[in-house]
Amino acid sequence: MELQNSNQSSSSFEISKGSTLMQEKHGMSQRICHKIMQFEDNLLHGENPRLIYINDPRRTNDKYEFTGNEITTSKYTVITFLPKNLFIQFHRVAYLYFLAIAALNQLPPLAVFGRTVSLFPLLFVLCVTAVKDGYEDWRRHRSDQKENNREALVLHGDRFQLKKWKKIQAGEVVKIRSDETIPCDMVLLSTSDPSGLAYIQTMNLDGESNLKTRYARQETVSYVSEDPVSGLIREDSVSGLIRCEQPNRNIYEFTANMEFNGQKFALSQSNIVLRGCQLKNTESIIGVVVYAGKETKAMLNSAASPSKRSRLEVYMNRETLWLSVFLLVMCLVVSCGMGLWLLRHTEELDTLPYYRKVYFTHGKDKFKKYKYYGIPMETFFSFLSSIIVFQIMIPISLYITMELVRLGQSYFMIEDRHMYDSSSGSRFQCRSLNINEDLGQIRYVFSDKTGTLTENKMEFRRASVYGKNYGSSRVSDSIEGQGTAAAKAVGRRRWKRNSEIAFDNELMELLTKDLAGDERIAAHEFFLTLAACNTVIPIPSSGRSSSCTGSESLNVETIDYQGESPDEQALVSAASAYGYTLFERTSGHIGIEIDDKRLRFNVLGLHEFDSVRKRMSVIIRFPDNSVKVLVKGADTSMFSILAKDSNSNDLVRHATESHLTEYSSQGLRTLVVAARDLTDAELEQWQHMYEDASNSLADRAQKLRQTALFIESNLNLLGATGIEDKLQDGVPEAIEALQQAGIKVWVLTGDKQETAISIGLSCKLLSADMQQIIINGHSEEECKSLLTAAKDKYGVKSSNRKKKSSTSTDNTENNHLDIPNDTKSSNVPEGCYGKEEVNASLALIIDGNSLVYILEKNWETDLFDIATSCRVVLCCRVAPLQKAGIVDLIKSRTDDMTLAIGDGANDVSMIQMADVGVGICGQEGRQAVMASDFAMGQFRFLKRLLLVHGHWNYQRVGYLVLYNFYRNAVFVLMLFWYILCTAFSTTSALTDWSSVFYSVIYTSVPTIFVGILDKDLSHRTLLQYPKLYCAGHRQEAYNMHLFWITMCDTLWQSLVLFYIPLYVYKESTIDIWSMGSLWTIAVVILVNIHLAMDIQRWIFITHAAVWGSIVVTYACMVILDSFPLLPNYWTIYHLAKLSTYWLTILLIIIVALLPRFLLKAVHQFFWPSDIQIAREAEILRKQGSHLSSKRNQDYPS
Amino acid sequence: MKGATSTDSSSSSSVAKSKKPVYSRFSQQELPANRLILTPASIITAFIAVGLIFIPLGLVSLFASDSVVEIIHRYDVDCLPSEYQNKMVEFIQSSSTKKTCTKSLTVPKQMKSPVFIYYQLENFYQNHRRFVKSRSDKQLHYGDKNAISTCAPVAQSTDKSPIVPCGLVAWSLFNDTYGFSVKGKSLQVNKKDIAWGSDKNYKFGHNVFPENFQKTDQVGGAKLDSSKPLSEQEDLIVWMRTATLPTFRKLYGRIEQDLQANDMVTVVIENNYNTYGFKGTKSLVLSTTSWIGGKNNFIGLAYITVGAICLLLAIFFILLYVIKPR
Repeated sequence: MELQNSNQSSSSFEISKGSTLMQEKHGMSQRICHKIMQFEDNLLHGENPRLIYINDPRRTNDKYEFTGNEITTSKYTVITFLPKNLFIQFHRVAYLYFLAIAALNQLPPLAVFGRTVSLFPLLFVLCVTAVKDGYEDWRRHRSDQKENNREALVLHGDRFQLKKWKKIQAGEVVKIRSDETIPCDMVLLSTSDPSGLAYIQTMNLDGESNLKTRYARQETVSYVSEDPVSGLIREDSVSGLIRCEQPNRNIYEFTANMEFNGQKFALSQSNIVLRGCQLKNTESIIGVVVYAGKETKAMLNSAASPSKRSRLEVYMNRETLWLSVFLLVMCLVVSCGMGLWLLRHTEELDTLPYYRKVYFTHGKDKFKKYKYYGIPMETFFSFLSSIIVFQIMIPISLYITMELVRLGQSYFMIEDRHMYDSSSGSRFQCRSLNINEDLGQIRYVFSDKTGTLTENKMEFRRASVYGKNYGSSRVSDSIEGQGTAAAKAVGRRRWKRNSEIAFDNELMELLTKDLAGDERIAAHEFFLTLAACNTVIPIPSSGRSSSCTGSESLNVETIDYQGESPDEQALVSAASAYGYTLFERTSGHIGIEIDDKRLRFNVLGLHEFDSVRKRMSVIIRFPDNSVKVLVKGADTSMFSILAKDSNSNDLVRHATESHLTEYSSQGLRTLVVAARDLTDAELEQWQHMYEDASNSLADRAQKLRQTALFIESNLNLLGATGIEDKLQDGVPEAIEALQQAGIKVWVLTGDKQETAISIGLSCKLLSADMQQIIINGHSEEECKSLLTAAKDKYGVKSSNRKKKSSTSTDNTENNHLDIPNDTKSSNVPEGCYGKEEVNASLALIIDGNSLVYILEKNWETDLFDIATSCRVVLCCRVAPLQKAGIVDLIKSRTDDMTLAIGDGANDVSMIQMADVGVGICGQEGRQAVMASDFAMGQFRFLKRLLLVHGHWNYQRVGYLVLYNFYRNAVFVLMLFWYILCTAFSTTSALTDWSSVFYSVIYTSVPTIFVGILDKDLSHRTLLQYPKLYCAGHRQEAYNMHLFWITMCDTLWQSLVLFYIPLYVYKESTIDIWSMGSLWTIAVVILVNIHLAMDIQRWIFITHAAVWGSIVVTYACMVILDSFPLLPNYWTIYHLAKLSTYWLTILLIIIVALLPRFLLKAVHQFFWPSDIQIAREAEILRKQGSHLSSKRNQDYPS
Repeated sequence: MKGATSTDSSSSSSVAKSKKPVYSRFSQQELPANRLILTPASIITAFIAVGLIFIPLGLVSLFASDSVVEIIHRYDVDCLPSEYQNKMVEFIQSSSTKKTCTKSLTVPKQMKSPVFIYYQLENFYQNHRRFVKSRSDKQLHYGDKNAISTCAPVAQSTDKSPIVPCGLVAWSLFNDTYGFSVKGKSLQVNKKDIAWGSDKNYKFGHNVFPENFQKTDQVGGAKLDSSKPLSEQEDLIVWMRTATLPTFRKLYGRIEQDLQANDMVTVVIENNYNTYGFKGTKSLVLSTTSWIGGKNNFIGLAYITVGAICLLLAIFFILLYVIKPR
């Protein structure tokens, strides 16, 4: 499936959905299907085509108003900004919570805070977000405007006139010149090339830098052209009707047909140029707009990838529920207390000096109730007002803090120089800002092979021609070899490729013989097929590059092969090296230079590669008028369609098969090449079928496939090729480190078993002493027996939970989606040291076919049991959907985090399915990157990403969440204790402003900085001891246990905070604001010192943030105490004069933190964690080296 | 490189093209840092340090607190005539009853001048939200008579005119008075400067005079001399600094004269304030001060306890380290 790579496989991915979906639908859980459906939804709209009248925009837009070409990516205008932005902002639950609290506070009986004060948090957050949104939108406006005001040549009457992009409408005829960007999706009518060829670069669309060919239909080319002299165009010549599908986001497919001058013909993807592409190597093109503006495929594709939620955040929400329970309990206590208090004092309520039920005046207010609504209502109101006072118990600000922290973390990930790929010049990219901390808990890595583990730079290594093996001894220095055929070949060559290809002397000698004999002819056809049967575009470059061969180099013309598949490029280059140089390709013919003779072949038809057939073929008319079909494809798909008559064929076949096994055992990617002559009758029948198929709107792919199946039969085997796919740098090391870190690396590849195993060996995934369980059944029974045999043989235990799951499978056979809920199990307790269960020497190798059976038949549990007990799993021959299915297999059965890494469009489904998707910015376009959460240049960066950044981020965010819970809860509890002393009247001793500032100003900054900057261990240590990563697997930084410990600590600290001042100032003259001031400063200092105690690494920023916060708090209190209109006027000055104040604060801090410190000390003394040990080792080592270096300085030896 | 002129624009553009992150110690997270670890030594040091600081501090505080002489006398029940024992509220609300009551207190130790006089109320929720909020700081400061929106339910007098100072707090002003004499010689009570200077000078207006005060159906407490501006009504200012807890003291005045041990201080109490209605208590407190404030053993004891615990923990860790070194 990956035999032909890149774009083809991505387009084939699209095709494969239609066909394989039916088989796989049942086996695959519903949600994958759902996910895939979004790609699917656009495939067939044949019933309701869109009609485009060429050069008649009015008629085109008459019936249905198609969108113009103006694009608006901005969300707001000046007028709509305020309402719309507010509307969007209030979609967030957090803001609604703020709003509800603020609204509650406006009710007279509940007015706990002043009106303005209570609105402050909401307004603050709204303003910050609005400014951010506004700025972003302003930038979007500017870029939109720039985009919309670009100009293009549009046909008006009989000449082209400049027109702004935003005015272009569907149906108009547009002319694009070289290097211009295409303003909308257009069907090509003609190009400056007489054969109707145009080259485009699709960089902006899919990131591929190579050129792609697009064709104007021959039928239109001759009619629609500018008069070379006058530059005029005959208006009446440009008219016709295009019937095309409704706008969709599939950039690899386009189905339409065109009526032009009474002819009716089909249009396909190769006839359309898309918005955002650039015209290259072509002087100009003329096309008709079919989709404009936001209906263009580029715009439809610009939707963001689905957002993911981090695991830690899910847990955090669970704990937030607990906090809500606490909040509820506290509010209930207060309101019940209020009720009881009122009940006990019912008689006195009118006479109490400090509580009033009625107004004191005569007149109409006499005996009128003063904010008194009866005991039940008062109880209820007190419940509500305590919610207002305790509102920050639910750490809404935490969500905002976390966003900021993740932003900061991603800055450091992006800026990391160790994750910069200098070869492709690509930095690390954080495309998703929600799941940084998930990187620290990954347990399964699902990796694509091609382009991910390997470089996807193909090199032609081996060839088997007519049963003979070549290239076993590499003669890379053959060029220097005197008198050899190779040297002659070099002299003969006029075309020069940029990269040298090591070729085989023997084969070269064979090619120099006369064209006679089976073997010679086979060799001829073999290379002809390599040169012809592909979609590579030769681009002769005029620049004369000086080559290594010195004087001759002046005549050497270089030719650059631009292809969508690196395999094909390698093959064409190889053919060129052996004297079969592809030098020209137009829509109708190709030019190949064979031994200095330039030959032109008419291409009658081309069946592109697809994942079902796994081969591609061209039908070529030779100059001597004979017609041949040339086919190349994957071995499995080829051997079944070979001619089975002659003996010699059989011999060749056996030889080739053994060669293929040899190649793939060396890790080479293999292709089989075959050809046959076509008779006139066959040709005619084929042509008939082909035209019929290509003219149909619906089911075209299906029909084309049938046509291909018809022609690709009875072939004569010519030979096979072996292409080396080089491993990327550092892959084995990275995989080894990941495995040491307790991460299971699964490789999912489209390659065949042997290739997969060999790659597995070369990247140290597999080792020779491993026992391999191979499951490659061709039928259900076979699979089942292999599965059970493997289970029995290697003693895979079906633990209780698995048994339970299998019984429940029986019960709920048709609804297996329910199972994961009760079988969900985490491997956490097993931990990294739980290797006793994971047999180190087991490796599972399973192929796509077996997977289909297994996933269909609900044997997933068996597979899961085996797979999880193996150290390595290799899945070969898997389709993109199956990749997602395998990820889902793990995801739905365990709580373990999964990461998928890949580079091609075939990995998209897998990347989106996994908890974390990583895209490699490789050669296979940007589809994977667009769908990913993180993108990077090389596989080996994964090691650093997970072991270093993942670890840091996880530790940071885990601590951040716990600390924020603590920080808010300790404050709220302190208020709660006080309220119990105020006749449950929800009085707060703190000033309104201090209560509001507490979480916004006083304590927020240090947490953010610590969340971004703190590091427990240096990256060197983390990389040196990958096992430290297991802390994430064991959820060391954040778990229920820690939550409850933190909450107990919080309770203690809040009691200390409240009761120490209470006892110190018992029976004294202290007033409520002085006490509030003391509490405010005490809690701020306490939480900051608490944080300081846990900071692992002090840099000046942390110092500034922590101590600065305390200073800022004091400053704020001084300012707040300077307004004579506030009752707390001048409090701090009076308070701070007394030594009792300072003694109290000191006492609070020490007593509050003593248990925590003790616990920490004891824990580190008796049960040091791995991280702790590594940290001590690191610091002591550093101190040691520091000391020794000092000593060396002191006593120079 | 970055400020390259057009002549070497090619090189500058190539620099711009390279997206390799620019090295800085910040972006590579390699800023110089101090890292702390809890080694046994540092743990033990920390505990010893806390112990050594806390115990002396505790001792000093305890000593200071010990030097404070305090006389507390609860008089709300004692000052009730026996016939009103069961009709307390009736007694206090009646204008005809004789409220004066004389008590004598023995000075246990010599009390150095100044001797502070406090009244202590219990079960009086000055911190009740409905009470705390019922005031108008705007009115107190600017004298804006109509700034009474926050003063309900005591905003207007019976004849609908605004009250200055309005609100429950002012309305409930304490109105017991004390007269002191020793050996038949009356003691001067200085009621000047019992409030915070900041409150007197800035917070309470110099031009704001009481108006319509206590002219409601119910009279809450003391009346104010309407010829004196609020800034001079120090009892009011003290009262308006509402207390933290339902048990609180407020400064009444100072006796600027030493009291000798075993002196009999005769106190004439005008028992006007109604605490009977809500089962509150009233006490008279005479106390000297030290640097630590009033009599308060808590700080000293707490410091000594914490210090001792820390020293014990230090010993524990030392033993641990000796017995079971890591």
